[in-house]
This record gives sequence, C-alpha cells and structure tokens, in this order.
Amino acid sequence: MEQNNFRTKIGVQNFNLHYGEFQALRDVNISIPENQITSIIGPSGCGKSTFLRSFNRMNELIPTVKTKGEITLDKININELDPVELRKIVGMVFQRPNPFPKSIFDNIAFGPRIHGVKNKEVLSGIVEKSLRQAALWDEVKDNLNKSGLALSGGQQQRLCIARALAVEPEVILMDEPASALDPVATLKIEDLIQQLKEKYTIVIVTHNMQQAARASDFTLFFNMAEDRAGYLVESGNTVKIFTNPKKELTEQYISGRFG
Amino acid sequence: MARDLYNRKIQQIKDEILLLGSMVEQATLDSVTAFKHRDLDAARTIIEDDQAINDKRFAIENAIMILFATQQPLAHDLRLLSAMLLISNELERMGDYAKGVAHNAIRLGISDIPVPIRDIEKMAELGVSMLHRSLSAFVNESMEVAAKIPEEDDLVDGLFNKSYRSIVNVMVSNPTMIDDASFLLWVVHNLERFADRTVNICERTLFIVSGEMMEMDVSDDELPEEVDE
Amino acid sequence: MIAKEMEIKTKATEMRSNLVRRKRIGNFFLILLIIATLIGLLMLLILIIDIAIKGADWISPQLFTNYHSRKPEKAGMKSAIVGSVIVMGLTGLFSFPIGVGAALYLEEYSKKNALTRFINININNLAGVPSIVYGMLGLVVFGRMFGVFSADSWLVSTFNLPVGETALGGLEFDLFGLSFLHLKFPFGRSLLAGALTMTLLILPVVIISSREAIRAVPNSIRLASYGLGATKWQTISRQVLPIAMPGILTGIILALSRAIGETAPLIIMGAFTYVPFLPESVWDQFTVMPIQIYNWITLPQEDYRIHLAAAGILVLLAVLLSFNAIAVFLRKKLEIKW
Repeated sequence: MEQNNFRTKIGVQNFNLHYGEFQALRDVNISIPENQITSIIGPSGCGKSTFLRSFNRMNELIPTVKTKGEITLDKININELDPVELRKIVGMVFQRPNPFPKSIFDNIAFGPRIHGVKNKEVLSGIVEKSLRQAALWDEVKDNLNKSGLALSGGQQQRLCIARALAVEPEVILMDEPASALDPVATLKIEDLIQQLKEKYTIVIVTHNMQQAARASDFTLFFNMAEDRAGYLVESGNTVKIFTNPKKELTEQYISGRFG
Repeated sequence: MARDLYNRKIQQIKDEILLLGSMVEQATLDSVTAFKHRDLDAARTIIEDDQAINDKRFAIENAIMILFATQQPLAHDLRLLSAMLLISNELERMGDYAKGVAHNAIRLGISDIPVPIRDIEKMAELGVSMLHRSLSAFVNESMEVAAKIPEEDDLVDGLFNKSYRSIVNVMVSNPTMIDDASFLLWVVHNLERFADRTVNICERTLFIVSGEMMEMDVSDDELPEEVDE
Repeated sequence: MIAKEMEIKTKATEMRSNLVRRKRIGNFFLILLIIATLIGLLMLLILIIDIAIKGADWISPQLFTNYHSRKPEKAGMKSAIVGSVIVMGLTGLFSFPIGVGAALYLEEYSKKNALTRFINININNLAGVPSIVYGMLGLVVFGRMFGVFSADSWLVSTFNLPVGETALGGLEFDLFGLSFLHLKFPFGRSLLAGALTMTLLILPVVIISSREAIRAVPNSIRLASYGLGATKWQTISRQVLPIAMPGILTGIILALSRAIGETAPLIIMGAFTYVPFLPESVWDQFTVMPIQIYNWITLPQEDYRIHLAAAGILVLLAVLLSFNAIAVFLRKKLEIKW
C-alpha cells in the first residue's frame, strides 16, 4: 500500500456485504489515508456506492443488508458506535443535489439544530463558516432566506456540501458528486474538494476516469466478478494507477477497453 | 471491440513511425554511398529529401497531439504515445545527420584527403542495423531485444575513436588539409551520434513496457581508445 | 432511371395519403372524447340548474336563522348547519392525529412483511365499506358502548358503578372533579358519538391519502437527513411531515367534504331530525344538513318537498364548494416547487 506517509483514517478488514442472498462485496481489505482524496472507480454495478455507504452505515436503512468483517474509524469499529453519532463524524454528499425545501440558512442549520445547537448567533456563525468553506458564501450571502431549491445545480451541490460541513465531520463521502452537473460546475466542485482535503478525509466514488485522475490522490479500482460480487482489484497512488497500473484488468478499464 | 477508432489511429501512428524510420535508414545509407563516390547530385537529392522527413515528423507529432486532446489516453497508451513523440524527434535528428553527411560530401568535393571509408561504412551499417532492430523492438514491445541493442553502441564508439585518431593524424601531418579533415570529423561524428540515438529509442521502448525510464549506459564523452582492426 | 423515379414517386404518394387517413382517425377520436366530457358536464349542469330553479328563491335569511317549523315560510336549517359544522370540525380533529399517525407508522416504521400486507389490504377494504355499516358500528361502540353501562351489566355490578336509574343506566361524572370535564358514558346520541362515528368512516380514506402524501416525499430528502446524523423521528418530524402536510391536509379536507353529505350513518347512530335548539356541548343531541334535507323531502307539502329541500341542497353544495376551494387554496399555497 503506497499511502505510507499518511495515517490510516478508515481501515477495512475482510469486509463482505450481502443484500439478502446476493453478495454485493467480497473480501475487501484497504486503508483509507487521512487528509487525502481517495477515489473509487470501477464499472457499473461493481459495488462502489455500496462500499461507500458502508462507511457511514447508510446501508442499514435497507432491511435485507448483512455485513461481515470490520470497518474501523480511527481504529474504532464503527459497529460499536451509534449510527447517528457515526454520521455526524462521517458526512455524505449525494449524486443528485438534494437540498431540503427550506431556505439556504435552514438547510445548513438543520444539521447543527438536530444535534442540539439552538442559539441563533452560533447558528449564523456556523452557516457562514460552512458556506465559505464550500465556496458559496459570496454568491448567496445577501439571500440566505432564498429557498435552497432556487439555486442552480452546481450551487445546490455546493449547498449540500456546506450542509454536510456544518456538523463538523472528519470524513466526507461523496457519491459521484458532479455527475449531475455541467462541466464548469464540475470543475468548481473538484477545486473545492482539493481545498477541503486539508482539513477532511475525502472519499469519492466516480465513474469519470478523468475526474478520478484530476482530483484524487489515491485510487481504488473495483470490479464485478462473475457472480456479480464486487471486489477490489488494485489500489495505489492515483498517478501510478493512471500511468502504470500493476494489474492487466486495471489497465484495460482505464484505457476504456473493458469487455 | 471497444475504442476501435482510437486503436486504429494509434496503429496508424506506429506505422508512420516505421515509415519514418525506413526513410531515415535509406537516407543514411545513401548519404554514405554518395560520400564514398563523391556523387554530388545524389548528395543534393538527399538534402532535398530531408524535407520529407521533417514533414513526416511534424505530421506524426500532430496526430499524437490530436489523440491526446480527443482521447485522453492513460496508462500504456499514454506511455506509448508520449514515447512516439520522442522517437519521432530522434528519427528526425537522425535524418539531419544523414543530411549532414551529404552536405560534407559536397564540401569535400574532389578533395584527395585520405578517408577511413571502411570504418565509416561499417559505422553506418551498424547504426542502420541498430535502428532497424530498435524499431522492430519498439513495434513488438520486446524488452529483451531493446535491452541488448545498446551494447552494440560500444562497437560504433570504438570505430569512431579509431577514425577520429586517424583523421587527427592527417590534420597533424598535413595542416593544409585541416578544413577537409574537419569535414571528415563531422561525418564520423554524425554517424556516432546516429548510433547513440538508436539507444535512446531503445530506452523509450523499455519505458513503454515497464513504465520506468532507464538510462542505458552510453559514453560518448570518453577519451578515444586505440581499437585494433 | 425512370423506373427508379416512378418508384420514389409512388412511395411518396403512398405516404402522403396515409397521413390524411391518420389525421382523420385522430380527429374522430378527439370528437368522441369531447362528447364524453360534454355528457358529464351536461349532467352536472342539468342538476344544478334544476336545483337552482327549484330552490334559489327560497334562499333567505330565515334559512339560516330559523329552526324547522310547521310553516314552510318560517322554516330554516340553523341547527342542521351548526350541527354539520361542529360534527365536521370534531371529525377533522379526531381523524387527523389518528389517521396521520397510522399512516406514518405504516409508511415509515413498519417492516414490509405478510402482516403489514394484510393490514394494508384491510385498510383498503374498509374504505369501501358502505357508510351505513359505520353507522351501526358507531351506535354499538360509541352510542351504546356494548351496553356495559346499563343498570344490569357485569361492569356495573362488578365495580358498583353509580349508573342512572333507567334501564339504560349511564354513568355521569366530573373527571378530576372539574365541571368542564363532565363525562357521560355511553356517548348516546350526542355530537361526540356522531363525530366519532364519522371519524371511523373517513379514517381509512385519510390513512390512504396520508400514506400517499408521505410516500410522495422524495427519498433523497430522508437520506440527506439521515446522512447528517438525524434520528428517525427527527427526520420524520422535521422533513417528511412538513413536506407531506399539503397532501395530507388536502386529503382530510376532501374526505370531510364527502362526509358532510353522509346521512345514513348518522341516522343509524341516532342523530335527530327535529332539533329546535343549538347544541351547547359535545354531549348534546344534534342534526346535520343532509338529514334536515331528507326530512323535508319526506314531507307532503310541495314547499318542503321541493323548494326548501332544493334550497337546503344549494346550501350544502355551497359548503362543499368552499371546502374544496379551501383544499385547492391550501394545496397551492403550501406546495413545494421542486
């Protein structure tokens, strides 16, 4: 594993996941480095999003899910934490921007409020800080009461990022965060992610090879086995994976010569 | 098969490289022949034909740039295309060496300076043979072959040193022939550099396959050694 | 050459003639659809015009200020209007928490297994049960309370309850000694019993429409909420419910607007036809508009049977329209533009 200079933020040991009878992930072993951007790439259906959602236990919202193996956050098994607590530490941004049908202010204040923050001034401070971190403050600062839905697609996604930042997580999970956005908005998001990695550990699932190459430090390549279970083929520094991967399968996928 | 058009374009560029290589090989052999027989017309033709070599080099570069922009090559493809950029550059320079030999053939004209023609012919043969096999190794991505060819550069270097010695001796003993002798020096220098560049091509081939840049030991700054014929 | 040209020409004319035929068929069906719509509209117009002709002249202040009287000129439906309003108000009050609560449980909490499927089927079936059955249910459960408060019941003898002297018995007392919490068991023929009966009637519909409204909340909102570390209840109370509320409210208002016209269940559970007073508490007897109208229709005099009844129907229709207008207004006002 080549993230030798970085502490492990999330450790995955022999992780397996089943939806009922169907195995979605098989024997995944990997360490996610702290304060780096890790991208997960692979063909459709190989379990990338399922894997991502395992980090904040969102898979548990589906009743038939069973897991085996261990995922640790800072060496603590995440199954020992209350999922509600875990999700405060491990935040998530989804593929299609999903702001709440509330004002921009209320969208961002929602997180802190449910965790007990009531003071109006404190909330205002959090809202401003989060919007600044998400590079959205200047565009909306005069209009915090505007509905979150009235923003453009790219702005909405940055709003969702600000919303996730407001609860002060340590890890941010992003599931194809720019796939619903136009190219300009996409690049803005990628720039934002680069800035965020200073303070946060970021894991992003993407089906866009160039995005993974541009925007990440560490890359995981997943593939789908014959029985449709997802498994980790190769992992390593992004530059290495994209200029000289070790596995033939990785080479084929990256060069677009799959199947 | 996925990316059909892309694959065909890459193959086309490879073919063009081979074509460029054979143009260079031919030009080199022809220039030495023209030099040997002091065939000034042939020499002029070679000089004119160098334009075709330059044009082809630019065409190859252009095609590669287009692929970079439109196809976003990665991994092996990326290494291959960037290596071909450099190989076409090397080949163009080697074409210039052949042109240089032809130039010097014209400059020497009807001079009667003693010429180590056997060594010069041998250097050209070796160089062209090395080029030919380097390009084969490149096309077949054969690491074994590409790794062995650089050793032959030592032979060429040896011949260079020998020729250099004898030409310097002529300069020393016949100062009136210094100009002509310096033209001779250029000729053997070009052929020695020709062989060096084939080594570069082999390095690029190794890079394409392994992803690592390795310097094959090439000493062109060593003191001339006495080599027995 | 010429053959090719001819081939192309014939192909072109073939296609063109096909086009004309296709358009004709389209127009034909368009006309059929318009006729279908017009038939419906026509029926509605005939109904309204007929009623209006018969009753419009009889809409006067008396209709609203007087009780029923033997003289048609003096007859009004004051008690019926007030009764309807109070019954609907109470019905809404009761059915909202129960209906929405059940819908929330079924949609957000319950696991999808055979038992829940069974419950779902039964709720859907209940929505189709004839309203008169609800009337009987109301009578037994709320009106008479299975007779447990009659003088000779097992409950009374076991606990020695101080019931009234008549055979019906009945228990009356002040809860916690507070006079305004005066309770009467069983509920008898009171507004309370009527409202509860109507609650049962519209509950299946409220549950079904509330479930639809809750289901219509995009799941991405829930995911976003959970992703921020919200508990299930926080997600439901702060995101799902507010978003579903317009739909839920619309559903209840529409259910109420249907219930306001129900006659049979209230007659069965004991609403009166002649109520010459306004109810002062939920324990009082009452009547509602459809019952008053029905009563008038059964009287021999033309003034009652045709004119006052029509006037009453117009008032009922007006109330119905305003309910629906409120529903539409609320829906528009609270709707979320995604």
